[in-house]
Amino acid sequence: MKVSLFATCLTNAFYPEVDLTMAKILKHLGHTVDVPEGQVCCGQIAFNSGYVDDAREVARTLINSFERSEVVVGPSGSCIAMIHHYYPTLFEKEPVYLKKAEDLIQKSYEFTQFVVDVLKKPDLGAHYKAKATYHPSCHATRLLGIGEAPLKLLQHVKGLELLPLPEAQLCCGFGGTFSVKMPKISEAMVAEKAEHVLASGADILLGLDMGCLMNISGYLEKINKPVKTMHIIQLLGEGMKS
Amino acid sequence: MTMYNLTTDQRVDKALADNFLRQATRRATDRLRNNKYKASDELGNWEEWRNAGETIRKHVIANLDFYLHQLIEQMEKRGVHVHLAKTPADAVGIVRNIVREHDAKNVLKSKSMISEEIHLNHALEEDGAAAVETDLGEYIIQIAGEPPSHIIVPAMHKTRQQVADLFEPIAGHALSSDTPTLTRFVRIQMREQFLRGDIGITGCNFAVANTGSIVMVTNEGNGRMVSTLPRVQITLMGMERIVPSFRELDIMLNLLARSATGQRLSSYTTILTPPKKSADSDGPEEYHLVILDHNRSEILGDKLFRTALNCIRCGACFNVCPVYRQLGGHAYGSVYSGPIGSVITPLLEKDWKKWGHLPYFSSLCGACTEGCPVRIPLHDLLVKLRMRKTQSGHTPQVEQQIFKAYRYLFTREKTLRRALRLGAHLQWPFVRNHRITGGPAPLSNWTKSRTLPMVAPKPFMQIWADLNNKR
Ligand code: SF4
Repeated sequence: MKVSLFATCLTNAFYPEVDLTMAKILKHLGHTVDVPEGQVCCGQIAFNSGYVDDAREVARTLINSFERSEVVVGPSGSCIAMIHHYYPTLFEKEPVYLKKAEDLIQKSYEFTQFVVDVLKKPDLGAHYKAKATYHPSCHATRLLGIGEAPLKLLQHVKGLELLPLPEAQLCCGFGGTFSVKMPKISEAMVAEKAEHVLASGADILLGLDMGCLMNISGYLEKINKPVKTMHIIQLLGEGMKS
Repeated sequence: MTMYNLTTDQRVDKALADNFLRQATRRATDRLRNNKYKASDELGNWEEWRNAGETIRKHVIANLDFYLHQLIEQMEKRGVHVHLAKTPADAVGIVRNIVREHDAKNVLKSKSMISEEIHLNHALEEDGAAAVETDLGEYIIQIAGEPPSHIIVPAMHKTRQQVADLFEPIAGHALSSDTPTLTRFVRIQMREQFLRGDIGITGCNFAVANTGSIVMVTNEGNGRMVSTLPRVQITLMGMERIVPSFRELDIMLNLLARSATGQRLSSYTTILTPPKKSADSDGPEEYHLVILDHNRSEILGDKLFRTALNCIRCGACFNVCPVYRQLGGHAYGSVYSGPIGSVITPLLEKDWKKWGHLPYFSSLCGACTEGCPVRIPLHDLLVKLRMRKTQSGHTPQVEQQIFKAYRYLFTREKTLRRALRLGAHLQWPFVRNHRITGGPAPLSNWTKSRTLPMVAPKPFMQIWADLNNKR
């Protein structure tokens, strides 16, 4: 299969290794990988702040860049949820782009969903000895309905002990612009999330959205707690090296 | 009413500094939430119940004219006085007049969020006919002079000790803070009040259109006392609070009780088909129904927000909301707090200056939407409110500029690449141990409590291009 990567704006700027590793894993699974030019961002940050017109143009850019792709895979539940959940409303008055948006919805997947549900490859043969816990990010879980896929990937990692995260369903307080627009409320939320992460006894916190992980790790770092945060892709990538 | 005089920021600070409040809120919402899960799981097909609830509410709202008409007709046929109040002031005026006409001195109230919405107690106090709240939670906050912090559990933020302290001046001696002592004290107080009451004011959970009945659910039975002992009764209802018939009522009562408190049915479900008939042994002889609009008609006509009227005020969205969990209700500043409060307050009050902060009291995690028994897409509605606020020019200039810049850069990948590489150089003054630890606003809002990863020396798009020898 020819897989087009959606390097989200956040990983593109801050965590290019996540995108790179995603490419490596997909290649390892025997697929051709390309990264269509012109792509930047799903537009969620503007959309969720109420700037719909600005969001629409960013979304249009994304739609255009993947127009000729067969499948599109991204390392974020939140960005894929934006496409699936809100693009139809965003283009409701533009039949041509509505059609293109629907086409993109049909062919786009979050990484774990794609590997487990589409490729049916939950076992990537990874080894990683550690105690980890997993934060089910809100948009992946509630908007995309991703439940088992990431857990299946993790259960197949040899040596990995997966510990339950108390109150896992609670939002970490990131919420995109929420974290800077309502910084105190956001801080209280991430403080509670950190409390549960520490209580889990894990050395590594895993997730499938770098936004949430950036938020939680940023807080843990500030309060000097030595829990490492990793995208599932990073852990799999490391584990597949050995 | 002290909370009302503070700014949003001050209210948030106050709430976050109050560990008692935060612990109490966390504990109480956890309990309600877990009870709800038990009560909804037990049905085995909760999602179907939610579908039914949503269908009924949508149908009622789409045909509200018809059902209101039917309800009023049924009521008036039997001699109930029906009053339509366009504004909160109108509603207050109507109640005031009735109280004055009867020269009533002892007004009893059971729980009614509409009375909070129209700030009724305050007005009655001015008239020297202060209403006594007979719901335990409402009684507590009435003494404390505070607005409710939760639509179902108004005194959720109070600890037992705080309640005992509030009761002390009334009792004239110290009370121990155990629940039996406190409830016994209130029961004695209430009994006297019930016997003296000349007007009863109640809320309304549902009005059954085809029979003209009013349905109230309570857990203390006080609603029953308020609606049987006084000779005159006034029921306040929001105009959307209707079910077509008892068939739908059955479903809605299940959804309400299970979602609100995790009960199969509330302890007391009171169904009144007023007024008292000659064969009835008790009940009010004179019955007034006040139906409040307060911009609900406008919401009804607004296809973006109409679903907000589907709410049955169960409070389930509060109990799963991670923002409410940290703050409790008072920080919102509005009578209705929590997710649904953040949605309906700006729509009811139509004042962005005062209520423009509410749509942002959410990380858009979607827990509210998931928890709502009638499937109101609450987090989508919050985004739509932000959209409306933005489009009507009520957001800060700086913010508008930021999103203009965002749109420019994030539709031009190559330009963004250069900007990111510039950023990678400019970040150094703020970097400690390979993390960004400060910066200009609004970045500083982040770095006050968190660090930020460094902008990568090369963005992924560049790395990929280099790997594949493109340009
Ligand atoms: S919005 Fe839904 S969950 Fe919230 S109070 Fe209303 S009915 Fe209950």
